[in-house]
Amino acid sequence: MEFYPVLLSRIQFGFTISFHIIFPSLTIGLASWLAVVEGLWLKTGNVLYKDIYKLWVKIFAVTFGMGVVSGVVMSYQFGTNWSGFSDKMGNVLGPLLAFEVLTAFFLEASFLGIMIFGWGRVTPRMHFAATLTVAVGTVISAFWILSANSWMQTPAGFEISDLGIFHPLSWLEIIFNPSFPYRLMHMVTAAYLTTAFFVGGVGAWYLLKNQFVQQARITLGMAMLMALFVAPVQIFLGDQHGLNTLEYQPAKIAAIEGLWETEKGAPLILFGWPSEMQEKTKYAITIPKFASLILTHDMNGEVKGLKNWPKDERPPVLIPFWCFRIMVGIGLLMALTGLMALWLYIRGTLFTKKWFQIWCILMAPSGFIAILSGWFVTEVGRQPYIVYGLMKTIEAASPILGQQVFLSLLAFIIVYFFVFGAGIYYIMSLIRKGPASTAGDIYGSKGIKVHPSIIAIEGKSHA
Amino acid sequence: MLDFSELLNLPLLWGGIIATAIFLYVLLDGFDLGVGILFPFAPTEDCRHKMMNSVAPFWDGNETWLVLGGGGLFASFPLAYAILFPAFYIPLILMLLGLVFRGVAFEFRFKSTGAMHKFWGYSFHFGSLSAAFFQGVILGSFVQGVKVSGRVFAGSSFDWVTPFSFMSGIAVIFGYALLGATWTILKTEGHTQAWARQVAFYVLLYVGLFMGLVSLWVPFLNETIFDRWFSMPNIIYLSPVPLLTAFGFIGLYMSLVKQREAAPFFFSIFLFSLGFLGLVISLWPWVVPYSVTFREAAADPRSLSLMLIGVVIFLPFVLGYTAYCYYVFRGKSSEEHFYE
Ligand code: HDD
Ligand code: HEM
Ligand code: HEM
Repeated sequence: MEFYPVLLSRIQFGFTISFHIIFPSLTIGLASWLAVVEGLWLKTGNVLYKDIYKLWVKIFAVTFGMGVVSGVVMSYQFGTNWSGFSDKMGNVLGPLLAFEVLTAFFLEASFLGIMIFGWGRVTPRMHFAATLTVAVGTVISAFWILSANSWMQTPAGFEISDLGIFHPLSWLEIIFNPSFPYRLMHMVTAAYLTTAFFVGGVGAWYLLKNQFVQQARITLGMAMLMALFVAPVQIFLGDQHGLNTLEYQPAKIAAIEGLWETEKGAPLILFGWPSEMQEKTKYAITIPKFASLILTHDMNGEVKGLKNWPKDERPPVLIPFWCFRIMVGIGLLMALTGLMALWLYIRGTLFTKKWFQIWCILMAPSGFIAILSGWFVTEVGRQPYIVYGLMKTIEAASPILGQQVFLSLLAFIIVYFFVFGAGIYYIMSLIRKGPASTAGDIYGSKGIKVHPSIIAIEGKSHA
Repeated sequence: MLDFSELLNLPLLWGGIIATAIFLYVLLDGFDLGVGILFPFAPTEDCRHKMMNSVAPFWDGNETWLVLGGGGLFASFPLAYAILFPAFYIPLILMLLGLVFRGVAFEFRFKSTGAMHKFWGYSFHFGSLSAAFFQGVILGSFVQGVKVSGRVFAGSSFDWVTPFSFMSGIAVIFGYALLGATWTILKTEGHTQAWARQVAFYVLLYVGLFMGLVSLWVPFLNETIFDRWFSMPNIIYLSPVPLLTAFGFIGLYMSLVKQREAAPFFFSIFLFSLGFLGLVISLWPWVVPYSVTFREAAADPRSLSLMLIGVVIFLPFVLGYTAYCYYVFRGKSSEEHFYE
């Protein structure tokens, strides 16, 4: 058996980051949502918000823990598996990652402790501030890491020395490289939508089982507001992102579209089976001239096909092609869900229609699938480059043995499925238990501290 | 563009910052890894519960120093990062997997019952143990030196397997156990504290043994290290290091005898600082021993300058709110229902 270190490293990186991104997708969204819920609770004194908070902060804690441990692995892999890349790009990308640690990771990690364990040790206001800080921290973290990733997609603001080492010329151009604003907005919105559908799905499930109905109505309602207003925004952002990609990475767009020939008035291929061997997309179902219309806003605009690039400069086609359709399909379903919710709401049956509850439960994992698909489009579509147009992935690898990477990959697969599988099981059992009505413990309504003796009595009356 | 290289010795400053980050990591994660190492030996379930509670709010922040150490190395000495990480591929991956098992245990142990509850306890223990061991192994093989040709690692996958590196792995386990035991003395009372004090006596003995062993062994690994310590006039300038170390041991021992609560922890920190200082003196100016100096590996001055601004602005905040968190969770760890 032949062990190819580069291929195995790619699989390992793809595997570990795919696991990692599942957790941030939820923590970024949950942190912001929990801040909103806690704010509402402090403002209104409505205990239902507190019940919701108390349930989801536990789920948040489990998810966050898994995000941290899988993230630490990521930050070391640049060195272990991609040392060629680290050596050459350290000057440019290193500071972005260092800023992520300084401005985000410490913030999140420190205030997380207060958020989870700080009840009764800090004032309700301070606790709320901690939640808010964690929420801000997750978004700052996304800012830096997406800036780094975007720079690898659309490098800018650098020069290359004789040794082939990259040096910074303008930090503003590096950080705010051409694809960064799009990627940041698209990803953060993706995390919010993913969380909304996950949380909403759980609410729908409670309603279906006729449990925790009051809390479930609030959660589902909030989730559907997101679906209604934010899903269309995401479609718009995605479209803009695509136009940006067309400008900087036209080969990726050709792969996404499954277009082989460069054409004026290119058709939009809805579905089909791109074949790299035959250099065409088989069984294609097309809408004439539509790709040109979407991409150039002109029925007869020219769109470059894959044959425009030599074979060793083309990205793989199948994965970007299909993953893109999965992502867009889910985006459309999300927007549709928002519309259905609106329609049911107007008719006064949003919280009672069984079929809609089942639909929301089915949609609960959709965001995660869309996020993974989106990243697969982005990352596979930029191959064979690791830094687009400048450094090929093969040049980035470490001088290590294939056997070594094979074993570490195997270890990651076994450990991740086991450990994170267990984590997901614990999250599911927290959800199954549902919110405990905690009315009456130390945070009384309006956040006033109640004497323990009163809690004892109150606790009984609520039991 | 921003560049302070005319004004400041940036590589030196950054060498100092990275060394400080790694040192803070060793201290901070040291005590919570140490708690994990001692975990199954605690006399009762109640003790274990308190021990885990005593570090639960902090472990994540502590581990972030490891990310700053690793990520900071990438940013400030990319060449060193690119040479060292492939060299330590296997121990690094094993350390990371250890950290995975212990990191998730905090949440999982409290969410499980029966056999799985036990399992996550062991996951906490063995995860901490292997993270500590492989950190020591990495340190040991770092001190022994790394083969380099041009800008890449030129050794083989198992260069790190040596008696010295394994010995230093075990030494780090005992070192962390000492921090963990003295932390437990600080944060608990009653029979947990009494037990931790017993453990600290015992572990202290081994730490002394290993510190002696390392101090005797390291100078013979490399001639320059030997000369650095044992030539005139260095031997005079450097003599305070072993003397202070002896003072640290005696102080720690006495504070344990006198049943002091906080002093043992601070004496342990003192001992760690001296050990670290000894290493820095031995290895200066190498960032990849004995082939790349910190000056050669330093990143572009413009990168170092930008990050320096970041550090000057943000590190005080980080230290401030870290201190605040320790303040919020001050006092003895209790049976508090952190996890309902
Ligand atoms: C869009 C968001 C995003 C993306 C693309 C990534 N991460 Fe991440 N990461 C986060 C968003 C995030 C977060 C929200 O900040 C996390 C997730 C859960 C958590 O605990 O914090 C986190 C945690 C996290 C941690 C632990 C921080 C701590 O100690 O508290 C590290 C070291 C990394 N990540 C590193 C990486 C690396 C090297 C990535 C790419 C290769 C990466 N992350 C992709
Ligand atoms: C968070 C979601 C992400 C996912 C799901 C993801 C997915 C992937 C996948 C599937 C690959 C393998 C592609 C291939 O080799 O064909 C890959 C490669 C890679 N990605 Fe990402 N990625 C993500 C984010 C990032 C970020 C934020 C960075 C850097 C800042 C990054 C850097 C890399 C590197 C260095 C490689 C290895 C080289 C390569 O194969 O191109 N990725 N990623
Ligand atoms: C329906 C409309 C959508 C369109 C037109 C769209 C468009 C795109 C495009 C063109 C890319 C690739 C950009 C590049 O690689 O340069 C992308 C990436 C991505 N998409 Fe979408 N998207 C849509 C919906 C969604 C939804 C609903 C989610 C998740 C909830 C999502 C999550 C992502 C993620 C995580 C990436 C990778 C990161 C990035 O490059 O931004 N997308 N999207």
